[in-house]
Amino acid sequence: MSIKIENLTHIYNPKSPFETKALDNINLEIKDGEFIGLIGHTGSGKSTLTQHLNGLLKATSGKIIINGLDITNPKIKLVEVRKKVGLVFQYPEHQLFEETIYKDIAFGPKNLGLSQEEIEERVKEAMALVNLPYDTLKDRSPFELSGGQRRRAAIAGVLAMKPEVLILDEPTAGLDPRGRDEILDQIKLLHEKFRSTVILVSHSMEDIAKLVDRIIVMHQGQVALTGEPTEIFKHAEKLESIGLGVPEITKLINKLNELGIHLKEDILTVDEAKEEIIKWIRGNENA
Amino acid sequence: MLKDITIGQHYPTGSIIHKLDPRTKIVATFLLIVSLFIVTNFTGYIYVIAFIASAIAVSKIPFKYMIKGLKPLLVIILVTFFINVFMTTGEIILSLGPLNVTKEGLYQAVFMATRLILLIIGTSLLTLTTSPIMLTDGIEHLLNPFKKIGIPAHELAMMMTIALRFIPTLLEETDKIMKAQIARGADFESGNIINRAKSLVPLLVPLFISAFRRADELAMAMEARCYRGGDNRTRMKQLKMEKRDVVSLGIIGLLIGILIYIRVG
Repeated sequence: MSIKIENLTHIYNPKSPFETKALDNINLEIKDGEFIGLIGHTGSGKSTLTQHLNGLLKATSGKIIINGLDITNPKIKLVEVRKKVGLVFQYPEHQLFEETIYKDIAFGPKNLGLSQEEIEERVKEAMALVNLPYDTLKDRSPFELSGGQRRRAAIAGVLAMKPEVLILDEPTAGLDPRGRDEILDQIKLLHEKFRSTVILVSHSMEDIAKLVDRIIVMHQGQVALTGEPTEIFKHAEKLESIGLGVPEITKLINKLNELGIHLKEDILTVDEAKEEIIKWIRGNENA
Repeated sequence: MLKDITIGQHYPTGSIIHKLDPRTKIVATFLLIVSLFIVTNFTGYIYVIAFIASAIAVSKIPFKYMIKGLKPLLVIILVTFFINVFMTTGEIILSLGPLNVTKEGLYQAVFMATRLILLIIGTSLLTLTTSPIMLTDGIEHLLNPFKKIGIPAHELAMMMTIALRFIPTLLEETDKIMKAQIARGADFESGNIINRAKSLVPLLVPLFISAFRRADELAMAMEARCYRGGDNRTRMKQLKMEKRDVVSLGIIGLLIGILIYIRVG
């Protein structure tokens, strides 16, 4: 599903002393099947933007067009939009409420009015997607699980609704490195498997650099930069100035470049860098 | 919806009323409530309204904002109004089936509604001009003399501070969980009363869990910093009565004097 945002502005608490402009004239286009990294500092408006995409927040002005349908139109049935656009909030494990994992994941599909068999099928599928064993965990209480497992159960709750656009707001916040890698790897697999549009919100370049097709950088409610990761990382100074910085590996490559060691520019992972550096050393030895 | 609640919300403008000692403001509000019950006719109200209106003007809080605070209590005001209109016996001026509108009833209804509105505006002026911390500080000081008869002034004030401190946090949390469940297709707005009550489960369970978790964490954090109640505790900001406090109390004293004079004389 494609998403088009036109002149979107959102003001919190209008006409009160607490008035703040969270989004300021945003224009964006997200293509069908694209994997987007939405990045920005705390308060840059990224969470506000994502909540507009399934109608949880109403735009002060501007349009959001999803698959040719303007969802800012007051006549639109938002339930239909929410069926297609799945939103995983920050710390999604805080929303768990049922007695068993199964019931909690089934909450979404049940609200869609699906049959019992279909719901069971979807819960099974969603749990498999996030790597939770169905048979051993389905009857356990969500509160008996570890932090990482709880997070994955909550994500499964959204996946079970089979959204065509999946938005994840800081899905790795507060997890240990292993939990973080697991979640990110699963999101990547998910995107490869279903080719659905995925928007990953983060404030860590390291996390999203190697995953996404395109990065959107937000700053003070506006789109500061947008482009492919390697393209974005060329603006290291601008990124530093808005408090984001580039991944450590990009810093290293840039430094090597300054020293006259020219490597490929689109290196995003440590493994790629290692190979390129070894190649460069071998090349020098032979020369 | 949740944002409409202005009662108990602080509205900083830095006016002279904001700068008054919280003890002065608590005592003044208390006296204002008393004065509303001294008044027995509309002449008395003129003085009270003049007093509240000038207090609002000095506080620099937009009048519209104060009116907004009345909205959630509109039902109570209306119920009071209509009960008085129909339940008072006297000279009948209008009959609606079994219900009679009497002249006395109408007078009484307007009188009571005015009293309620003034009561709400008067007390919300206290919370709008005083930050919660200052308010509880003031209450603790005013309760201190009662410590001798076993009222735990400090503990009460601490509980209030914590409760007030967590209102915005819990409201934010409610908003977030509500949105998360709506995103999963939950419906909080339609259906009959039983379905609506049921639909609150996905909201209330996570909210309670998070409230308990926060309470646990806060207790731990307080203990880690050696909190042990009010004994020998000092404050960063000492409360001090200034000239303006004396003047303010003088003005409200004068108001009460006039009202008593009207009632007696």
